[in-house]
Amino acid sequence: MTVSIGSRAGARAVRPPGPPPPRRGARTVLARWDVKLSPYLFISPYFLLFFLFGLFPMGYTVWVALHDWELLGTREFVGLENFRLVLTDPQFWNAVRNTLGMFVIATVPQLLLALVLANALNQRMRARTLVRMGVLVPMVTSIAAVAIVFGQLFSRDFGMVNWVLGWFGVENLDWTARRWTSWLAISVMVDWRWTGYNALIYLAAMQSIPRDLYEAAAIDGASRARQFWSITLPMLRPTIIFTAIVSTIGGFQLFTEPLLFGNGDMAGGSLRQFQTVTMYMFENAFRRFDYGYASAVSWMIFMLILLGSLLNFVWLRRMGGTK
Amino acid sequence: MIQKTPGRPRARRGGAVAGLWNAGPLTRITLLATIVLSVFPIYWMLVVATRTNDVVGSTPPPLVPGGELGRNLSRLFGNEQAHFTLGLVNSAIAATTVTVSTLLFASLAGFAFAKLRFRGRGALLLVMLATMMVPVQMGIIPLYMLMAEIGWTGELQAVIVPFLVTGFGVFMMRQYTMQALPDELIESARIDGCSTFRIYWSVVLPVMRPAMAVLGLFTFMQTWNEFIWPLAVLDPDNPTVQYSLNLLNGAYYTDYSLMFTGTAVATLPLLAVFVLFGRQIISGIMDGALKA
Repeated sequence: MTVSIGSRAGARAVRPPGPPPPRRGARTVLARWDVKLSPYLFISPYFLLFFLFGLFPMGYTVWVALHDWELLGTREFVGLENFRLVLTDPQFWNAVRNTLGMFVIATVPQLLLALVLANALNQRMRARTLVRMGVLVPMVTSIAAVAIVFGQLFSRDFGMVNWVLGWFGVENLDWTARRWTSWLAISVMVDWRWTGYNALIYLAAMQSIPRDLYEAAAIDGASRARQFWSITLPMLRPTIIFTAIVSTIGGFQLFTEPLLFGNGDMAGGSLRQFQTVTMYMFENAFRRFDYGYASAVSWMIFMLILLGSLLNFVWLRRMGGTK
Repeated sequence: MIQKTPGRPRARRGGAVAGLWNAGPLTRITLLATIVLSVFPIYWMLVVATRTNDVVGSTPPPLVPGGELGRNLSRLFGNEQAHFTLGLVNSAIAATTVTVSTLLFASLAGFAFAKLRFRGRGALLLVMLATMMVPVQMGIIPLYMLMAEIGWTGELQAVIVPFLVTGFGVFMMRQYTMQALPDELIESARIDGCSTFRIYWSVVLPVMRPAMAVLGLFTFMQTWNEFIWPLAVLDPDNPTVQYSLNLLNGAYYTDYSLMFTGTAVATLPLLAVFVLFGRQIISGIMDGALKA
């Protein structure tokens, strides 16, 4: 590097006087423009795409939500009427209830399992990479694939889940028919795909905890369980908050698993027992073609996500604070 | 630091701490059970893909592959509703295009945000971070209306163009460049007379390579697996592979061995990538976790 700089500088110095100065002047002007403009040029593709396909559509949703806007026919300004209707719509609140229910019974066990798993992965063992890959492999499958395979595993007559439950004397369950069973089956799909991923995130955080802490605790006679409660968990709090928020955002967008679990039915079962808010938004947009109403629903989902993330943050913060 | 406690005390300390990090039997059982549960559904997918549809009705279920894979494959690719071959080709085109362009644009913008000084940098970065929090599905309805307006519904570019670069990619590249590339390297290249683009091309890109590998793998996987948006914007006669899988599901009769064969074929490329690059994917996730 330094050699090339030296040789070039030398070459420049040797150059005879005359024509070079004006050329160099033009060059410095160019160089100044280059320094000034290049950064904007480099970030422009991202911002261009974002404005065209991100911000503009988002803003447009507000506009559409304020209208009685259907695919064919009316396009009338109605103010906040759509939002008023959504707030008093029992089908919407049913979808909120389902989404929240599935979120809780999917996320809580998932994050707890991920913690246990990360703790196990943090031990010394052979074939470390292979073990981690084994835990992570569900992530490469698509949600559509997961839904198809688990749909079969959970099927009423020939599903392996019912077959195994049969050993314990449980009658064949129709998993899609009831609220609780459908929530449980869908949560299993979500957890199967994401537990390993979260475990790796926790593992990364665990590895950044100084090992001296554990060694000192061990010398003081703290059991492994005690070490986990008194060292690992408190040190992981920021990471746990992070995963909880990411799961909240993901949980409110739950769509593909329940959709395919119900054979592509956007209503989520005959009694709407597992219709999520996103499915409800889709149903309004692409089945009823009521874009105005669907846009209002999508803004409500956004508000719910914000609220959920905020609650998560405050709650997990406080839980750590009282310790 | 360690030399503070030489001789005996050190040995005693070793005694109390010995085995603290060795995996006990409980740990081994936990991990084994997890791996079995993680791998089994994928294995089951392959088993059903190599058997006839009777397999799902038999108890106990057969746990080894059969010999029907060839027949299932020809049924899969011959299926007239699903357009499976077209779905594979479409997904390959979409995932490759999106990956290449994400790598290019994200590395350019990431470099600018990490190392170049320009007016409004902080504000623009903040805008970008804020948009990363917004869920994708919020934009689906208006995006669909936009696509309908410009006549892109049913066309492959509808699943490509809006996703040519993501805030996530830019942010990841920025974080990596910040810590991996010393400022002196850029300055000396400037003194050398390099243009900014030349610096990007010859100095920054080589340094970014490990992070780009991870971003590329993630982007490809994500685009290949995308389901909702293709379902909304594409037509059944021009699907992506995931949409195509959904088309295999008949209304009255579920042909599991056909669907599982499709699922296996759709998953296999990613599984291969995972086996080949598993180590990089794992370290990518774990490094990303520390920066978040």
